[in-house]
Amino acid sequence: MAVLAVSRLRKSYGGEEVVAGVSFSIAAGECFGLLGPNGAGKTTTLRLCLGLIEPDGGSIELMQRPVPGEARPARLRVGVVPQMDNLDPDFTVGENLLVYGRYFKIPERSIRERIPQLLEFAGLAARAASRIQTLSGGMKRRLTLARALINDPDVIFMDEPTTGLDPQARHLIWERLRQLLAQGKTIVLTTHFMEEAERLCARLAIMDRGRFITEGSPRDLIAQHIEPHVVEVHGDEVMSWADGEASILATRIERSGDTAFCYAVDPAPLLASLSRRTLRYLHRPADLEDVFLKLTGRELRD
Amino acid sequence: MRVYALPSLSLRFAPVWRRNLLVWRKLAGASVLGNLADPLIYVLGLGYGLGSMLPQVGGVPYIAFLAAGMVCSSTMNSATFEAMYSAFSRMHVQHTWEAIMMAPLDLDDVVLAELVWAASKSALSGATILAVVWILGLSHSFLSLWVLALVPLVGLAFGALALVTTALARSYDFFTYYFTLVITPMTLLCGVFFPLEKLPPAFQVAAELLPLTHAVALSRPLLLGEVPGNIAVHVLVLLAYAAAGFYAASVLFRRRLLK
Repeated sequence: MAVLAVSRLRKSYGGEEVVAGVSFSIAAGECFGLLGPNGAGKTTTLRLCLGLIEPDGGSIELMQRPVPGEARPARLRVGVVPQMDNLDPDFTVGENLLVYGRYFKIPERSIRERIPQLLEFAGLAARAASRIQTLSGGMKRRLTLARALINDPDVIFMDEPTTGLDPQARHLIWERLRQLLAQGKTIVLTTHFMEEAERLCARLAIMDRGRFITEGSPRDLIAQHIEPHVVEVHGDEVMSWADGEASILATRIERSGDTAFCYAVDPAPLLASLSRRTLRYLHRPADLEDVFLKLTGRELRD
Repeated sequence: MRVYALPSLSLRFAPVWRRNLLVWRKLAGASVLGNLADPLIYVLGLGYGLGSMLPQVGGVPYIAFLAAGMVCSSTMNSATFEAMYSAFSRMHVQHTWEAIMMAPLDLDDVVLAELVWAASKSALSGATILAVVWILGLSHSFLSLWVLALVPLVGLAFGALALVTTALARSYDFFTYYFTLVITPMTLLCGVFFPLEKLPPAFQVAAELLPLTHAVALSRPLLLGEVPGNIAVHVLVLLAYAAAGFYAASVLFRRRLLK
């Protein structure tokens, strides 16, 4: 059963189509990732799905309810972790959860019973009385996650849940998200960390300039779009090597600055060629980032 | 189009109102003191200082005349501050509104909560001034209790007008215009400091159009122990400002935030 079904969704700002006809569907219990460079339309897509902004065209069904028409009741069963922390700075950690629970009309007693469990889950058990200003970035993000769970939602929307966090904090968030998936929750997340998408998402879509350019499991996307081996080569004479010998040995070469990314099904001839030279190189299996860069290009997006 | 729909009036606003109350309770001491200090200095300073040089104004000592106007102007100021600076902080700086709208609440619920909250807080401010008026012995009539019903209405009217300004503001600086162009002229023209009849006729006509004039036209007789004339007209003008301001603010907030 689809938790979220989106069809031909469109949204323009000032004549520019930010979401340009996107269709997808997410089943219950799935973790779906929306990948894309900055400005690809990920956040706008999420906001449209939650009914926070009005679409210009297309249809959205969230929890079997049309959005934005019935977005408000649909959100009763939804939790949201936004990209920018919007915790209430005037309140303590515990008060943030209490006040947020009231927005869902949850009985006061149930909220108060639930707060210690949620703080435990977020690793903030000792922090119930702390002021928000005293929390680290990772703690704030965990509290935002706990707040999103106050209504025991069926589906959780997360907009770049680990951006700006250190590795420890990031791994803790990932672990918690896996726990939520194990409980049967549905997760929709946007990210530009390929590692995050590869670890968490059973299925993902790569979005660019308002469109989905591909969709599938991380493994399928790698198999479908990219050669299995990558040899990254850098050094002064890398380009003459890349234009000459390597161009025959590699299936495909991408150049960026003074680095050549050589993609190949069989890396042995490339490695043999490199062993006769002084170029520095790194041989690794292709990953989602290679797919991402191939499909969205290497130029900067600001 | 949804942007121009009438605001939905739902009790869903209540938890948002409670949120603001909880914040206020943490700072209540300072807040009540702030509500009192400014109008008190005016009433005592001008009332006794200027009043000592004046004969009776409108048939009563100047300090009693002034206090009856200050009840309304301090309610106006309190509602205006709350619906501009505080609401703008919650909307634009702290993103509190955004967090609320991710829950099963709509923008309409948030805007209604802001209006009712501004009216509540300003009514408390007006009621505090009323208490001071009693303590200073400036009013002896039970009719003055009706002021407790008047101040929430004054708060709604000015809260709604201030929300329109907030919906248009890009930064806090914008609010200076509203104070300079709307609140200050209103304070001086609407009969708070001196009787309306002392103004040139053109100014009197202009003042008749302003909401504070109608608030003062109710509060002053009530505090001085008289039944006001034209009660229905004054109440309707205040209600009209509240309703029109609330509708305009709702439309402007939707255009700003739901696009």
